[in-house]
Amino acid sequence: MISLDGVSVSFGDVSVLENISLSVEAGEFVGLVGPNGAGKTTVLRTLNGVLGADSGRITVAGKQVGECSAKELSQAVATVPQNTHVGFSFTAEQIVEMGRTPHRSRLDWSDDIGPVEEAMAQTDTLSLRDRAVDSLSGGERQRVLLARALAQNPAVLLLDEPTASLDINHQIQVLELVTDVVGGERTAIAAIHDLDLAARFCDRLVLLADGGIRAEGSPEAVLSSLALDEAFGIETAISENPVTGTPAVSAIHDRPTQSRRVHVVGGGPGATVAIRTLWRAGYEVTLGVVPAGDVSASLAAQLGIPTVTAPAFTEPGPAVQQEAARLSEAADVVVITDGPGATYNADSTTAKQVYADLGGAGPRMARVDGGDQSVVTTPSELRETINTVLES
Amino acid sequence: MRLVLRTLWWSVALFVLLWVAVLVSAAIGSVRLDIPTVARATLNTIAVPASISLESTSAGIGSLRTTVPVPDITYRSVFSFEVANSDQAIVGTLRLPRIALAALVGFALATAGTVMQGFFRNPMADPSIIGVSSGAAVGAVATIVFPLTMPFGLQTAAFAGGLITAFAVYLIATENGRTPVATLLLAGVAIQAFLSAVISYMMLRAGDSLEQVVLWLMGNLRNSQWSEVEATVPLVVGLFLILLAYSRDMNVLLLGEEDAQALGIEVERTKKLLLAGSAVITAAAVAVAGVIGFVGLIVPHMMRLLVGPDHRILLPTSALAGAIFLVVADTIARSGPAVVPVGIITATVGAPFFLFLLRRREVHEL
Repeated sequence: MISLDGVSVSFGDVSVLENISLSVEAGEFVGLVGPNGAGKTTVLRTLNGVLGADSGRITVAGKQVGECSAKELSQAVATVPQNTHVGFSFTAEQIVEMGRTPHRSRLDWSDDIGPVEEAMAQTDTLSLRDRAVDSLSGGERQRVLLARALAQNPAVLLLDEPTASLDINHQIQVLELVTDVVGGERTAIAAIHDLDLAARFCDRLVLLADGGIRAEGSPEAVLSSLALDEAFGIETAISENPVTGTPAVSAIHDRPTQSRRVHVVGGGPGATVAIRTLWRAGYEVTLGVVPAGDVSASLAAQLGIPTVTAPAFTEPGPAVQQEAARLSEAADVVVITDGPGATYNADSTTAKQVYADLGGAGPRMARVDGGDQSVVTTPSELRETINTVLES
Repeated sequence: MRLVLRTLWWSVALFVLLWVAVLVSAAIGSVRLDIPTVARATLNTIAVPASISLESTSAGIGSLRTTVPVPDITYRSVFSFEVANSDQAIVGTLRLPRIALAALVGFALATAGTVMQGFFRNPMADPSIIGVSSGAAVGAVATIVFPLTMPFGLQTAAFAGGLITAFAVYLIATENGRTPVATLLLAGVAIQAFLSAVISYMMLRAGDSLEQVVLWLMGNLRNSQWSEVEATVPLVVGLFLILLAYSRDMNVLLLGEEDAQALGIEVERTKKLLLAGSAVITAAAVAVAGVIGFVGLIVPHMMRLLVGPDHRILLPTSALAGAIFLVVADTIARSGPAVVPVGIITATVGAPFFLFLLRRREVHEL
């Protein structure tokens, strides 16, 4: 349906896209992701003929972009712009009717209300038809612009940051609308900067950075690839959205690196708070023994933390205990939190120990280095205490 | 057919109003006439082409003379009502040519103003924004001040001056085949400033012809001839129809150039056509009537309040409203206690009205 073959685009001397090749099948919903300035919008503007490519071949819906007229291309390709400021107060219906322009002759002024109403019904904008478009909210305007694109009856729908200025409710609404209208012979490409939304709604993601394609494939594959971290120049952690089951990306900013090791004993919510706190502070964290499937174990997996697990509701075997002991002995500090794993090896002797209760309403007890007692009940207290222990 | 019907109704209503304005205007003057007499005399004036023959006329610049064929059209009157000869002369040869020219110029300026406001997406845009009026003024003032150096008549010089200036502004603002609207606007402003300096210098050197220059610069419909109407009608009506055909494209261009391109408009080609069309129609109007401000600025705003922003209805209704506005303004100009140039009337009425629109928030950021 869409193919780019060795396409390069530049603005003056600045190269924006370099030798991009991409092909999209009919009925696919492809998300373009990548950092600001990666060239996502440029790809869309090249596909709809607004920008001319310096080299390469672009074919959309059987038409070669650059060879056919704007009118011919716009009968097959519709664009939902990122932000349209409409001068003068056109009504929503007039805006949607402009979507019919590619299909009408210049002198045919008769009404073409059928496709307009159909597009407005699809996007739930019929109730806005007589409202001035500059009086609509961002979400309403985005739906009207989507209706305008649908009125073009396009084979290919291009969306430039369709959710950029919307609240979470409208983000979901708009993208669900897009997935509803895509399929069969209708294909969509959207530039989306929200990685979680892209992963949730798109069939396939294309990661762009510095004018080139860095990764391409299923949302899980693209988001968990190292290319993502390189493209954004930041460490990311992938988890699973508990509701939708789609990947969710968290960016970690400016994590300092410390050579000290901290071993965490105990699982459950308390341990996850401790792990998160210590990992953010830059320590090399290890964990165990915890029951397999514990929340702390899945967090540790996302952060790439070495973990020793034992099947739930069983005593850990000697091999497992030994492995946990090896980790705790290698650590500079052992943090013992209140949780299911705490009983397994609470009496590790070699490292300095911090008892922390970060999980909830249990007894607030903390013992540092086997002797001093102080209450460690918040992440910041934990950080401070560990600092003190390591300095002494 | 809602839009077509709405356009027709508004146009018919405004057309009727225009005829009322014409008849009332023709009745007003140093000799007061009653409306029935004026109506009969006006109908007597209507003529249709009876025969067309080609005649050779000598034309050229300086010593370069050549003969060109010029169509010679003879007209035949359609009606012959009883009207006193003197009344017929007052209406038919004194007042009607002036009224017809006022209507035509108002029609042209409002058309160009509507197109320019849409084109520039700017409420302050009017037909003179790309320097057409200033260029035409240089041509006209030069002819008045240095009559011997100019080989053409005043109208030709003004028309040519306007078009050359518009083309120069366009060339300055065009780079790599693209003409950014903002560059065009700024280039137009700069050229206008330069040309007004040229005009000021020529006025200093004008001597006895200064009054004539000032009258022309303020818009002048005095001594209008049927020949001027005949020369302007085909140009104005023809260009209006071409621009009207592009009114849907103008709507879409209001969404921004990228959106327009994505909706199948050949943006640069359409911009060129709109620019050329409104430049020629403005130059034609300025050439026969001098610089008349505010018609092209306020009439489109007024009509946008009444009929909305869709150019398919806005363009024809603005054009007709422009014609009515200038007929009325010129009637006031020539029948007041002191005869003043029509440009003074349009500005004194137009500026307060524009401020009123500004307060009504009709004219705000576009």
